[in-house]
Amino acid sequence: MNVPVPSSAKKKLVPGATGDWEVVIGLEIHAQVTSKAKLFSGASTEFGGAPNSHVSLVDAAMPGMLPVINAECVRQAVRSGLGLNARINLKSVFDRKNYFYPDLPQGYQISQYKQPIVGEGEVNVALPDGSSVTVGIERLHLEQDAGKSLHDQHPTLSYVDLNRSGVALMEIVSKPDLRSSEEARAFLSKVRTILRYLGTCDGDMEKGSLRADVNVSVRRSGDPLGTRCEIKNVNSIRFVGQAIDAEARRQIEILEDGGRIEQETRLFDPDKGETRSMRNKEEAHDYRYFPDPDLLPLELDEAEIERLKAALPELPDAKKARFVRDYGLSAYDADVLAADRETAAFYERVAHGRDSKAAANWVINELTGRLNKEGREIGASPVSAMQLGAILDLIARGTISGKIAKDVFEIVWNEGGDPADIVAARGLRQVTDLGAIEAVVDEIVAANPDKVGEAKANPKLLGWFVGQVMKASGGKANPQAVNDLLKSKLGVG
Amino acid sequence: MSELTSFTLAAARDALRRKDISAMELADAHLAAIEAARALNAYVLETPDAARTMAAAADARLAKEEARPLDGVPVAIKDLFCTKGVRTTACSRILDNFVPTYESTVTAQLWRDGAVMLGKTNNDEFAMGSSNETSHFGPVISPWRRHGANTTLVPGGSSGGAAAAVAANLCLAAAGTDTGGSIRQPAAFTGTVGIKPTYGRCSRWGIVAFASSLDQAGPFARSVRDAAILLTSMAGHDPKDTTSADVPVPDYEAAIGRSVTGMSIGIPKEYRMPGMPPEIEALWHQGAEWLKAAGARLVDISLPHTKYALPAYYIVAPAEASSNLARYDGVRYGLRVSGNDINDLYEKTRGEGFGKEVRRRVMIGTYVLSAGYYDAYYLRAQKVRTLIKRDFERCYADGVDAILTPATPSAAFGIGEKSSGDPIEMYLNDVFTVTVNMAGLPGISVPAGLDAQGLPLGLQLIGRPFDEETLFALGQVIEDAAGPLVPERWW
Repeated sequence: MNVPVPSSAKKKLVPGATGDWEVVIGLEIHAQVTSKAKLFSGASTEFGGAPNSHVSLVDAAMPGMLPVINAECVRQAVRSGLGLNARINLKSVFDRKNYFYPDLPQGYQISQYKQPIVGEGEVNVALPDGSSVTVGIERLHLEQDAGKSLHDQHPTLSYVDLNRSGVALMEIVSKPDLRSSEEARAFLSKVRTILRYLGTCDGDMEKGSLRADVNVSVRRSGDPLGTRCEIKNVNSIRFVGQAIDAEARRQIEILEDGGRIEQETRLFDPDKGETRSMRNKEEAHDYRYFPDPDLLPLELDEAEIERLKAALPELPDAKKARFVRDYGLSAYDADVLAADRETAAFYERVAHGRDSKAAANWVINELTGRLNKEGREIGASPVSAMQLGAILDLIARGTISGKIAKDVFEIVWNEGGDPADIVAARGLRQVTDLGAIEAVVDEIVAANPDKVGEAKANPKLLGWFVGQVMKASGGKANPQAVNDLLKSKLGVG
Repeated sequence: MSELTSFTLAAARDALRRKDISAMELADAHLAAIEAARALNAYVLETPDAARTMAAAADARLAKEEARPLDGVPVAIKDLFCTKGVRTTACSRILDNFVPTYESTVTAQLWRDGAVMLGKTNNDEFAMGSSNETSHFGPVISPWRRHGANTTLVPGGSSGGAAAAVAANLCLAAAGTDTGGSIRQPAAFTGTVGIKPTYGRCSRWGIVAFASSLDQAGPFARSVRDAAILLTSMAGHDPKDTTSADVPVPDYEAAIGRSVTGMSIGIPKEYRMPGMPPEIEALWHQGAEWLKAAGARLVDISLPHTKYALPAYYIVAPAEASSNLARYDGVRYGLRVSGNDINDLYEKTRGEGFGKEVRRRVMIGTYVLSAGYYDAYYLRAQKVRTLIKRDFERCYADGVDAILTPATPSAAFGIGEKSSGDPIEMYLNDVFTVTVNMAGLPGISVPAGLDAQGLPLGLQLIGRPFDEETLFALGQVIEDAAGPLVPERWW
């Protein structure tokens, strides 16, 4: 019997040679905590220092050194947990994860194993097709980052840079609720947005502040979960999508050929667009987790959590809902604007007292488009909210047309200045004097008698006449007036 | 010289303040004594320059009547304490010629209070041992000998050098550490006073870690009063050690001479071990009678989980040690034995850098934390630990003020006598002391008499958390009755 499948669910299945497959994905997101000092030492977390310039005695694991928890990192983890609608655990425990590696000075990583600081939560993720999915959060825990081994400094030796050693990371583990690379990308992007809103992680994937381990398995719809593979350390949202697609294809091929998936750790090679096994000795590790006896269990009180909750900024979901409600924006536009806290704030400054939809169009299309093209952040936009607002005011007052407005935007972008002054100084003011416009219209009509005749048969030629009039007026004629006059003169429309 | 080195700390302090003696002559007398006693191997590093510089500074303050609590008092420091600019090795080859750029909190407090550093004393490697025979620098020879014999005896361990130095008048007092008995057992073997304070009483910052949840620093001295004076300087909250307690430090010396009338002293029946030498049994009984005579009340108590303490300790301590010692990998400091690759470097460095007993415990610890064994060993040992703690809590809740037990199951033994055979033989030395570490309680060992062969024996008093004062008050009663035990000089 054929079971009808809702179209949205259906298109998430991946077709194979022998039928459709469902891809099941879970993410482990490693987010560097925004904090001046490391998780258990006072050393700086600044990026880009000379090697080993941000290393305390604790980070270098000198004999007798002891970790002391950085309270700000704890608060950041709590804020993040609240932002992920998750349960905050009043008691959590730090464990040692033991293994030897030159960039791990203590010989163990301090992490949280059985009792993390944040428990289950959930995140709503909007998809480009307008649908949305709810993704479960399994946990969030605090842990230390390791240092960095440098293998390219000497022909036979490796060097170690401990600047990152001990930097606080939050590991955010999702439930295996994701069903496509698109959902995974949207989820990662949403978590990144939330953390950036909260100011708990800068989300800079190029600097490694955010990276993800991706767990992928495939199955036939309705079957139990398949064997998963973990793709380690994927460092861009785009690569997360590519890695999932490549890994799902690989697994489907193996299964359709009658093979078995081996649970293993893999790496994504973006150049080749494939994942490959990183099977090595490291995988056989027994980490011998046990509670770190140097640290007491971490205890939080309700009152402090409430204080942190009360001080949280408006989060993306709430902002999006408000933009739809108060500014009458479409869910899509509201989502685009709310995806970045600074963009949203910029938008609100532009929209204040103005046509909110026009403001959204300008911010999303003209401004963001231009910023993306030049790879700039909105904080570094050459056109300020005040300047963009002034351009919108000129349109609203009929001083300039939308087309001229784009030219003014371009001038402000390149040269700066007050849009009203630019319009006045360069004579860009729209001609609204009907007499003047009519004179030009008459001139064009008189010059093209054959086209006038054609236009009566084919009203689409009106556009050609509008173009000619606008050209003759240097683009300054009010387009609506030109349109109206031409219609009556040509007897069309 | 001999007169200056046989002062008690309290007497020396008072003489310094009266300017009867100077810190410099006191330091010089001790430096000379140390030099003359090198046969004991108590010190692994003598620091005469530091001693004289610190003594001069103390004399200057004393001259200006600005004396600090320990001004001019020469002390020895177990080589487990990191000392700034002074080689610190934990008596392991793996730390090689490691010179810390920092000072442990406990020693920093001693220097803050004016104490003078004579040098670093020998100990079992990484404090793993009960005889000071596992030291990379070789064993410490006890200043004590059996009547009419010249068999070399162990001073106990792991703080064997500190104990021997105090007993042989090579310092007025010393700082040691105690993870399972490493202060109290050598104190008992050498006729000195040693106290392991409550876990969290002293900062562990800057002390080479053995087992973090059990390690505590504490003093060795020739009198209970001296131990109290030294602990007052060593103790205190340290924000750099999360496990140190933010509890005010009393003037422990004020507890000396405090009445013990009406105190309830628990005598735990489980400490009456089968095969215990009659001399130990008699000493224990004698100690109880002394306390009774001073007005205390004796009550029979039960600590039912005592027999599980030693096995549980030998799971918990090695587990923590296996992880704590992972940092000695040849990468950043200490010994490095080159290898073909990083794993080869690790294996060679650790294989050659650690002695046999340390390797054994690292392996035990690694085993008990391994997947599939964690629950059966480590987790179970932690549960036992909770039960041991509960045993004590129940007694204290019932009104017991302190518990009296023997400090060790025997007097000191000969060098090589127990180190070559079954390691359990050696581990059994700590049978009366490990429970105290497992429960995090304070315990003091006070010399209580000599055995038939003329070797010192000690009694242990176990107190409530942060109630070291009661231990000092009771310890003084035993000391008053037993008198000081002084070895006859042969070296």
